[in-house]
Amino acid sequence: MADETETGEGAEHAAGAAHEAGAAATDGHVAETLGEVNLEHAEVGMPQLDFGVFPNLIFWLIISIVILFMVLNRVALPRIRSVLSERNDAISNDLEQAALLKRRSEEAEASYNAALARARDEAHRIAADTKAQINKDLASLMAKADAEIAAKSAESEARIREIRDSAARSVEEVARATTADIVAAFLPGAADAEAVDQAIARRLKG
Amino acid sequence: MAGEAEHGGSGFNIHPMDQFKVTPLFGGDSVHWYTPTNATLWMLLTVLAITLVMVVGARGRALIPSRAQSAAEVIYGFTRRMVEDVAGKEGMKYFPYILTVFLFILFANLLALLPTSFAPTSHIAVTGVLAVAVFVTVTAIGFVKHGAGFLKLFWVTSAPTVALRIVLAMIELISYFVRPLSHSVRLGGNMMAGHAVLKVFAGFAGALGLGAIFPIVAIVAVYGLELMVACIQAYVFAILTCVYLNDALHPGH
Repeated sequence: MADETETGEGAEHAAGAAHEAGAAATDGHVAETLGEVNLEHAEVGMPQLDFGVFPNLIFWLIISIVILFMVLNRVALPRIRSVLSERNDAISNDLEQAALLKRRSEEAEASYNAALARARDEAHRIAADTKAQINKDLASLMAKADAEIAAKSAESEARIREIRDSAARSVEEVARATTADIVAAFLPGAADAEAVDQAIARRLKG
Repeated sequence: MAGEAEHGGSGFNIHPMDQFKVTPLFGGDSVHWYTPTNATLWMLLTVLAITLVMVVGARGRALIPSRAQSAAEVIYGFTRRMVEDVAGKEGMKYFPYILTVFLFILFANLLALLPTSFAPTSHIAVTGVLAVAVFVTVTAIGFVKHGAGFLKLFWVTSAPTVALRIVLAMIELISYFVRPLSHSVRLGGNMMAGHAVLKVFAGFAGALGLGAIFPIVAIVAVYGLELMVACIQAYVFAILTCVYLNDALHPGH
Protein backbone atom coordinates (compact mmCIF):
# COMPACT_ATOMS: atom_id res chain seq x y z
CA MET A 1 0.00 0.00 0.00
CA ALA A 2 2.66 2.43 1.03
CA ASP A 3 4.85 1.34 -1.87
CA GLU A 4 2.06 1.98 -4.30
CA THR A 5 1.54 5.46 -2.99
CA GLU A 6 5.22 6.20 -3.13
CA THR A 7 5.61 5.12 -6.72
CA GLY A 8 2.53 7.20 -7.49
CA GLU A 9 4.11 10.09 -5.70
CA GLY A 10 7.35 9.52 -7.52
CA ALA A 11 5.68 9.91 -10.86
CA GLU A 12 3.68 12.85 -9.72
CA HIS A 13 6.75 14.37 -8.25
CA ALA A 14 8.80 13.94 -11.36
CA ALA A 15 6.27 16.10 -13.12
CA GLY A 16 6.32 18.58 -10.24
CA ALA A 17 10.10 18.69 -10.23
CA ALA A 18 10.19 19.37 -13.92
CA HIS A 19 7.74 22.17 -13.45
CA GLU A 20 9.78 23.53 -10.57
CA ALA A 21 12.96 23.30 -12.53
CA GLY A 22 11.40 25.58 -15.10
CA ALA A 23 10.29 28.03 -12.48
CA ALA A 24 13.47 27.86 -10.44
CA ALA A 25 15.81 28.14 -13.38
CA THR A 26 15.06 31.85 -13.60
CA ASP A 27 16.40 32.23 -10.06
CA GLY A 28 19.47 30.24 -10.87
CA HIS A 29 18.42 27.38 -8.60
CA VAL A 30 18.79 23.90 -9.96
CA ALA A 31 16.04 21.60 -8.71
CA GLU A 32 17.77 18.42 -9.89
CA THR A 33 20.61 18.73 -7.42
CA LEU A 34 18.04 18.71 -4.63
CA GLY A 35 16.75 15.29 -5.69
CA GLU A 36 13.34 14.24 -4.46
CA VAL A 37 12.86 17.28 -2.32
CA ASN A 38 10.20 19.59 -3.57
CA LEU A 39 11.33 23.11 -2.98
CA GLU A 40 8.19 25.10 -3.46
CA HIS A 41 9.83 28.10 -1.91
CA ALA A 42 13.17 27.59 -3.51
CA GLU A 43 13.15 31.17 -4.69
CA VAL A 44 14.27 32.17 -1.18
CA GLY A 45 17.13 29.66 -1.06
CA MET A 46 18.79 30.16 2.32
CA PRO A 47 16.70 32.61 4.35
CA GLN A 48 19.99 33.44 6.05
CA LEU A 49 21.11 35.16 2.86
CA ASP A 50 17.96 37.20 2.40
CA PHE A 51 19.51 40.59 2.99
CA GLY A 52 16.08 42.17 3.19
CA VAL A 53 15.58 40.92 6.74
CA PHE A 54 19.07 41.81 7.99
CA PRO A 55 18.11 45.23 9.36
CA ASN A 56 15.20 43.65 11.21
CA LEU A 57 17.35 40.90 12.75
CA ILE A 58 20.13 43.29 13.67
CA PHE A 59 17.76 45.84 15.18
CA TRP A 60 15.99 43.31 17.38
CA LEU A 61 19.27 41.61 18.28
CA ILE A 62 20.68 44.88 19.55
CA ILE A 63 17.46 45.59 21.48
CA SER A 64 17.55 42.10 23.05
CA ILE A 65 21.23 42.24 23.91
CA VAL A 66 20.90 45.68 25.48
CA ILE A 67 17.89 44.60 27.57
CA LEU A 68 19.70 41.42 28.60
CA PHE A 69 22.85 43.32 29.53
CA MET A 70 20.83 45.77 31.62
CA VAL A 71 19.01 42.95 33.41
CA LEU A 72 22.19 41.00 34.09
CA ASN A 73 24.41 43.92 35.03
CA ARG A 74 21.89 45.87 37.10
CA VAL A 75 19.95 43.08 38.81
CA ALA A 76 21.27 39.56 38.42
CA LEU A 77 25.00 40.03 38.90
CA PRO A 78 24.92 42.29 42.00
CA ARG A 79 22.41 39.96 43.58
CA ILE A 80 24.36 36.77 42.90
CA ARG A 81 27.62 38.47 43.86
CA SER A 82 26.23 39.63 47.21
CA VAL A 83 24.76 36.21 47.95
CA LEU A 84 28.06 34.51 47.16
CA SER A 85 30.12 36.92 49.23
CA GLU A 86 27.66 36.65 52.13
CA ARG A 87 27.98 32.89 51.96
CA ASN A 88 31.76 33.06 51.83
CA ASP A 89 31.75 35.39 54.83
CA ALA A 90 29.42 33.09 56.71
CA ILE A 91 31.56 30.09 55.93
CA SER A 92 34.80 31.77 56.94
CA ASN A 93 33.10 33.13 60.08
CA ASP A 94 31.92 29.68 60.99
CA LEU A 95 35.37 28.25 60.35
CA GLU A 96 36.93 30.93 62.53
CA GLN A 97 34.45 30.25 65.29
CA ALA A 98 35.05 26.54 65.01
CA ALA A 99 38.80 27.13 65.31
CA LEU A 100 38.21 29.36 68.34
CA LEU A 101 36.01 26.76 70.01
CA LYS A 102 38.56 24.09 69.24
CA ARG A 103 41.32 26.18 70.76
CA ARG A 104 39.16 26.79 73.84
CA SER A 105 38.38 23.13 74.25
CA GLU A 106 42.08 22.32 73.94
CA GLU A 107 42.85 24.88 76.62
CA ALA A 108 40.16 23.42 78.83
CA GLU A 109 41.57 19.96 78.31
CA ALA A 110 45.09 21.14 79.15
CA SER A 111 43.94 22.86 82.35
CA TYR A 112 41.91 19.81 83.30
CA ASN A 113 44.99 17.63 82.79
CA ALA A 114 47.08 20.03 84.87
CA ALA A 115 44.50 20.00 87.66
CA LEU A 116 44.37 16.26 87.53
CA ALA A 117 48.17 15.99 87.81
CA ARG A 118 48.19 18.46 90.69
CA ALA A 119 45.48 16.52 92.51
CA ARG A 120 47.35 13.31 91.97
CA ASP A 121 50.57 14.79 93.40
CA GLU A 122 48.62 16.12 96.38
CA ALA A 123 47.11 12.73 96.97
CA HIS A 124 50.53 11.13 96.82
CA ARG A 125 51.92 13.66 99.22
CA ILE A 126 49.04 13.22 101.66
CA ALA A 127 49.37 9.45 101.50
CA ALA A 128 53.12 9.66 102.14
CA ASP A 129 52.64 12.11 105.04
CA THR A 130 50.00 9.95 106.61
CA LYS A 131 52.16 6.90 106.25
CA ALA A 132 55.12 8.66 107.86
CA GLN A 133 52.93 9.97 110.70
CA ILE A 134 51.51 6.53 111.32
CA ASN A 135 54.99 5.03 111.32
CA LYS A 136 56.16 7.64 113.79
CA ASP A 137 53.20 7.11 116.12
CA LEU A 138 53.63 3.40 115.86
CA ALA A 139 57.31 3.66 116.71
CA SER A 140 56.67 5.87 119.73
CA LEU A 141 53.87 3.60 121.00
CA MET A 142 56.13 0.59 120.55
CA ALA A 143 58.88 2.30 122.44
CA LYS A 144 56.51 3.22 125.25
CA ALA A 145 55.11 -0.28 125.38
CA ASP A 146 58.62 -1.70 125.41
CA ALA A 147 59.54 0.63 128.26
CA GLU A 148 56.44 -0.31 130.22
CA ILE A 149 57.08 -3.96 129.67
CA ALA A 150 60.67 -3.53 130.79
CA ALA A 151 59.56 -1.64 133.90
CA LYS A 152 56.93 -4.21 134.74
CA SER A 153 59.32 -7.09 134.36
CA ALA A 154 61.94 -5.30 136.47
CA GLU A 155 59.40 -4.70 139.20
CA SER A 156 58.28 -8.30 139.08
CA GLU A 157 61.82 -9.48 139.34
CA ALA A 158 62.38 -7.20 142.33
CA ARG A 159 59.32 -8.56 144.05
CA ILE A 160 60.30 -12.14 143.31
CA ARG A 161 63.69 -11.42 144.79
CA GLU A 162 62.12 -9.82 147.80
CA ILE A 163 59.77 -12.72 148.32
CA ARG A 164 62.63 -15.14 147.98
CA ASP A 165 64.73 -13.10 150.41
CA SER A 166 61.95 -12.85 152.93
CA ALA A 167 61.26 -16.57 152.54
CA ALA A 168 64.94 -17.26 153.15
CA ARG A 169 64.95 -14.93 156.18
CA SER A 170 61.87 -16.67 157.56
CA VAL A 171 63.51 -20.06 157.12
CA GLU A 172 66.59 -18.72 158.96
CA GLU A 173 64.52 -17.36 161.83
CA VAL A 174 62.44 -20.51 162.08
CA ALA A 175 65.60 -22.55 162.00
CA ARG A 176 67.26 -20.37 164.70
CA ALA A 177 64.19 -20.46 166.91
CA THR A 178 63.78 -24.18 166.42
CA THR A 179 67.47 -24.75 167.03
CA ALA A 180 67.42 -22.55 170.18
CA ASP A 181 64.35 -24.46 171.46
CA ILE A 182 65.95 -27.84 170.67
CA VAL A 183 69.19 -26.75 172.36
CA ALA A 184 67.26 -25.40 175.38
CA ALA A 185 65.30 -28.63 175.60
CA PHE A 186 68.34 -30.82 175.45
CA LEU A 187 70.71 -28.60 177.42
CA PRO A 188 68.82 -26.05 179.56
CA GLY A 189 71.00 -23.19 180.57
CA ALA A 190 73.46 -23.81 177.93
CA ALA A 191 71.70 -21.61 175.52
CA ASP A 192 74.15 -19.47 173.71
CA ALA A 193 72.30 -17.41 171.12
CA GLU A 194 75.45 -16.35 169.37
CA ALA A 195 76.78 -19.83 168.83
CA VAL A 196 73.44 -20.96 167.49
CA ASP A 197 73.39 -18.14 165.00
CA GLN A 198 76.84 -18.98 163.79
CA ALA A 199 76.01 -22.61 163.43
CA ILE A 200 72.85 -21.91 161.43
CA ALA A 201 74.65 -19.42 159.19
CA ARG A 202 77.28 -22.07 158.56
CA ARG A 203 74.68 -24.65 157.71
CA LEU A 204 72.71 -22.32 155.45
CA LYS A 205 75.79 -21.43 153.53
CA GLY A 206 76.79 -25.00 153.15
CA MET B 1 -0.14 8.20 6.80
CA ALA B 2 0.73 8.13 3.17
CA GLY B 3 -2.10 10.59 2.72
CA GLU B 4 -0.21 13.20 4.69
CA ALA B 5 2.59 13.09 2.19
CA GLU B 6 0.17 13.68 -0.67
CA HIS B 7 -1.53 16.45 1.19
CA GLY B 8 1.25 18.91 0.56
CA GLY B 9 0.72 18.70 -3.17
CA SER B 10 3.55 16.73 -4.70
CA GLY B 11 6.20 14.31 -3.50
CA PHE B 12 8.05 14.67 -0.23
CA ASN B 13 6.86 17.87 1.27
CA ILE B 14 10.10 18.83 2.91
CA HIS B 15 11.12 22.44 3.34
CA PRO B 16 14.15 22.23 5.61
CA MET B 17 14.97 25.90 5.22
CA ASP B 18 11.49 27.28 5.82
CA GLN B 19 12.04 27.24 9.57
CA PHE B 20 14.67 29.95 9.17
CA LYS B 21 12.35 32.36 7.40
CA VAL B 22 11.80 35.66 9.11
CA THR B 23 8.10 36.48 8.99
CA PRO B 24 6.11 39.33 10.50
CA LEU B 25 4.50 38.36 13.74
CA PHE B 26 1.21 40.21 13.26
CA GLY B 27 0.49 39.59 9.59
CA GLY B 28 1.54 41.76 6.71
CA ASP B 29 4.00 40.94 3.99
CA SER B 30 6.91 43.29 4.29
CA VAL B 31 9.61 42.99 6.93
CA HIS B 32 10.83 46.49 7.81
CA TRP B 33 13.68 46.96 10.23
CA TYR B 34 11.23 47.71 13.06
CA THR B 35 8.62 45.01 12.25
CA PRO B 36 8.11 42.58 15.16
CA THR B 37 8.89 39.19 13.64
CA ASN B 38 9.27 35.62 14.80
CA ALA B 39 12.94 36.47 15.30
CA THR B 40 11.90 39.28 17.64
CA LEU B 41 9.63 36.93 19.55
CA TRP B 42 12.32 34.31 20.12
CA MET B 43 15.06 36.78 20.95
CA LEU B 44 12.82 38.37 23.56
CA LEU B 45 11.81 34.93 24.84
CA THR B 46 15.52 34.18 25.18
CA VAL B 47 15.97 37.32 27.26
CA LEU B 48 12.92 36.36 29.31
CA ALA B 49 14.22 32.83 29.92
CA ILE B 50 17.61 34.15 31.05
CA THR B 51 15.86 36.63 33.33
CA LEU B 52 13.84 33.79 34.83
CA VAL B 53 16.94 31.77 35.60
CA MET B 54 19.36 34.51 36.65
CA VAL B 55 17.00 36.96 38.39
CA VAL B 56 13.86 35.13 39.47
CA GLY B 57 15.78 31.94 40.24
CA ALA B 58 18.23 33.79 42.47
CA ARG B 59 15.42 35.77 44.12
CA GLY B 60 15.67 33.87 47.41
CA ARG B 61 19.14 35.21 48.30
CA ALA B 62 19.28 32.26 50.67
CA LEU B 63 22.46 31.32 52.49
CA ILE B 64 21.70 27.74 51.56
CA PRO B 65 20.58 28.06 47.93
CA SER B 66 17.47 26.54 46.42
CA ARG B 67 17.83 24.55 43.20
CA ALA B 68 17.00 27.51 40.97
CA GLN B 69 19.34 29.73 42.92
CA SER B 70 22.22 27.29 42.68
CA ALA B 71 21.60 26.98 38.93
CA ALA B 72 22.07 30.74 38.62
CA GLU B 73 25.12 30.58 40.89
CA VAL B 74 26.65 27.70 38.92
CA ILE B 75 26.21 29.59 35.63
CA TYR B 76 27.75 32.67 37.22
CA GLY B 77 30.67 30.73 38.71
CA PHE B 78 31.29 28.74 35.54
CA THR B 79 31.44 31.83 33.31
CA ARG B 80 33.47 33.77 35.83
CA ARG B 81 36.07 31.02 36.10
CA MET B 82 36.21 30.73 32.32
CA VAL B 83 36.88 34.45 31.90
CA GLU B 84 39.42 34.48 34.70
CA ASP B 85 41.27 31.40 33.44
CA VAL B 86 41.45 32.49 29.82
CA ALA B 87 41.63 36.29 29.93
CA GLY B 88 43.24 36.69 33.36
CA LYS B 89 42.42 39.12 36.17
CA GLU B 90 42.30 42.14 33.86
CA GLY B 91 39.64 40.37 31.83
CA MET B 92 37.22 40.31 34.79
CA LYS B 93 36.24 43.90 33.94
CA TYR B 94 34.54 42.56 30.81
CA PHE B 95 32.89 39.63 32.55
CA PRO B 96 29.32 41.06 32.36
CA TYR B 97 29.62 41.51 28.58
CA ILE B 98 30.91 38.00 28.04
CA LEU B 99 28.23 36.58 30.32
CA THR B 100 25.57 38.47 28.35
CA VAL B 101 26.78 37.11 25.01
CA PHE B 102 27.30 33.59 26.37
CA LEU B 103 23.87 33.36 27.96
CA PHE B 104 22.13 34.91 24.96
CA ILE B 105 23.64 32.37 22.58
CA LEU B 106 23.17 29.45 24.98
CA PHE B 107 19.52 30.16 25.67
CA ALA B 108 18.73 31.07 22.07
CA ASN B 109 20.29 27.76 20.97
CA LEU B 110 18.37 25.78 23.57
CA LEU B 111 15.02 27.49 22.95
CA ALA B 112 15.52 26.93 19.24
CA LEU B 113 15.32 23.19 19.93
CA LEU B 114 11.66 23.53 20.92
CA PRO B 115 9.49 22.31 18.04
CA THR B 116 8.10 25.11 15.84
CA SER B 117 10.43 27.63 17.42
CA PHE B 118 12.79 29.94 15.58
CA ALA B 119 16.57 29.90 15.86
CA PRO B 120 17.97 33.45 15.85
CA THR B 121 21.52 32.08 16.19
CA SER B 122 21.16 30.21 12.89
CA HIS B 123 21.15 33.58 11.11
CA ILE B 124 24.47 34.85 9.94
CA ALA B 125 23.17 38.39 10.43
CA VAL B 126 22.77 37.72 14.16
CA THR B 127 25.99 35.79 14.73
CA GLY B 128 27.81 38.20 12.44
CA VAL B 129 26.77 41.21 14.50
CA LEU B 130 27.82 39.42 17.69
CA ALA B 131 31.18 38.41 16.22
CA VAL B 132 31.88 41.83 14.70
CA ALA B 133 30.96 43.47 17.99
CA VAL B 134 33.49 41.23 19.74
CA PHE B 135 36.10 41.90 17.07
CA VAL B 136 35.69 45.68 17.15
CA THR B 137 35.56 45.85 20.95
CA VAL B 138 38.58 43.64 21.39
CA THR B 139 40.62 45.54 18.78
CA ALA B 140 39.66 48.83 20.41
CA ILE B 141 40.65 47.52 23.85
CA GLY B 142 43.98 46.38 22.41
CA PHE B 143 44.81 49.76 20.95
CA VAL B 144 43.52 51.73 23.93
CA LYS B 145 45.53 49.65 26.41
CA HIS B 146 48.75 49.25 24.47
CA GLY B 147 48.64 51.82 21.65
CA ALA B 148 50.93 50.75 18.85
CA GLY B 149 52.27 48.06 21.15
CA PHE B 150 49.18 46.09 20.29
CA LEU B 151 50.76 45.45 16.88
CA LYS B 152 53.27 43.21 18.66
CA LEU B 153 50.50 40.65 18.46
CA PHE B 154 51.44 40.27 14.79
CA TRP B 155 55.20 40.45 15.22
CA VAL B 156 56.42 36.99 16.17
CA THR B 157 59.68 37.78 17.98
CA SER B 158 60.41 34.12 18.54
CA ALA B 159 60.93 33.64 14.80
CA PRO B 160 64.67 33.57 13.96
CA THR B 161 64.91 35.94 10.97
CA VAL B 162 63.25 39.23 10.04
CA ALA B 163 62.12 37.82 6.70
CA LEU B 164 60.29 35.00 8.48
CA ARG B 165 58.79 37.52 10.87
CA ILE B 166 57.38 39.51 7.97
CA VAL B 167 55.83 36.38 6.47
CA LEU B 168 54.39 35.40 9.84
CA ALA B 169 53.08 38.93 10.36
CA MET B 170 51.15 38.65 7.09
CA ILE B 171 49.68 35.32 8.18
CA GLU B 172 48.83 36.64 11.64
CA LEU B 173 47.21 39.70 10.14
CA ILE B 174 45.04 37.64 7.80
CA SER B 175 44.06 35.23 10.54
CA TYR B 176 43.20 38.17 12.76
CA PHE B 177 40.81 39.63 10.22
CA VAL B 178 39.27 36.25 9.45
CA ARG B 179 38.37 35.88 13.12
CA PRO B 180 34.92 37.53 13.00
CA LEU B 181 34.03 35.45 9.94
CA SER B 182 35.00 32.11 11.45
CA HIS B 183 33.58 33.18 14.80
CA SER B 184 30.15 33.88 13.33
CA VAL B 185 29.95 31.20 10.63
CA ARG B 186 30.94 28.48 13.11
CA LEU B 187 27.94 29.21 15.30
CA GLY B 188 25.44 30.06 12.55
CA GLY B 189 26.46 27.13 10.38
CA ASN B 190 26.24 24.62 13.21
CA MET B 191 22.80 25.78 14.23
CA MET B 192 21.47 25.93 10.68
CA ALA B 193 22.82 22.52 9.70
CA GLY B 194 21.48 20.79 12.80
CA HIS B 195 18.01 22.23 12.45
CA ALA B 196 17.90 21.51 8.73
CA VAL B 197 18.87 17.88 9.37
CA LEU B 198 16.12 17.55 11.98
CA LYS B 199 13.60 18.95 9.51
CA VAL B 200 14.71 16.63 6.72
CA PHE B 201 14.35 13.58 8.96
CA ALA B 202 10.97 14.86 10.11
CA GLY B 203 9.91 15.09 6.45
CA PHE B 204 10.97 11.49 5.85
CA ALA B 205 9.00 10.39 8.89
CA GLY B 206 5.90 11.98 7.46
CA ALA B 207 6.26 10.14 4.16
CA LEU B 208 7.37 6.65 5.15
CA GLY B 209 4.29 5.24 6.88
CA LEU B 210 5.29 2.47 9.27
CA GLY B 211 8.91 2.82 8.22
CA ALA B 212 8.84 6.21 9.94
CA ILE B 213 10.28 4.52 13.00
CA PHE B 214 13.77 4.81 11.51
CA PRO B 215 13.73 8.56 10.87
CA ILE B 216 12.09 9.04 14.27
CA VAL B 217 14.93 7.17 15.97
CA ALA B 218 17.33 9.28 13.93
CA ILE B 219 15.54 12.45 15.00
CA VAL B 220 15.90 11.46 18.65
CA ALA B 221 19.60 10.82 18.15
CA VAL B 222 20.17 14.04 16.22
CA TYR B 223 18.14 15.95 18.78
CA GLY B 224 20.47 14.72 21.51
CA LEU B 225 23.42 15.72 19.38
CA GLU B 226 21.86 19.13 18.79
CA LEU B 227 21.42 19.68 22.53
CA MET B 228 25.12 19.05 22.88
CA VAL B 229 25.95 21.29 19.92
CA ALA B 230 23.75 24.06 21.32
CA CYS B 231 25.75 24.10 24.56
CA ILE B 232 29.14 23.51 22.98
CA GLN B 233 28.75 26.23 20.35
CA ALA B 234 27.68 28.76 22.96
CA TYR B 235 30.69 27.77 25.06
CA VAL B 236 33.02 27.92 22.05
CA PHE B 237 31.76 31.38 21.12
CA ALA B 238 32.26 32.59 24.69
CA ILE B 239 35.68 31.04 25.18
CA LEU B 240 36.92 32.37 21.84
CA THR B 241 35.71 35.78 22.92
CA CYS B 242 37.82 35.34 26.04
CA VAL B 243 40.81 34.24 23.96
CA TYR B 244 40.51 37.31 21.72
CA LEU B 245 40.14 39.49 24.78
CA ASN B 246 43.26 37.90 26.24
CA ASP B 247 45.15 38.69 23.03
CA ALA B 248 44.06 42.32 23.34
CA LEU B 249 45.01 42.52 27.02
CA HIS B 250 48.32 40.69 26.68
CA PRO B 251 49.65 41.09 23.15
CA GLY B 252 52.97 39.55 22.25
CA HIS B 253 53.75 35.88 22.26
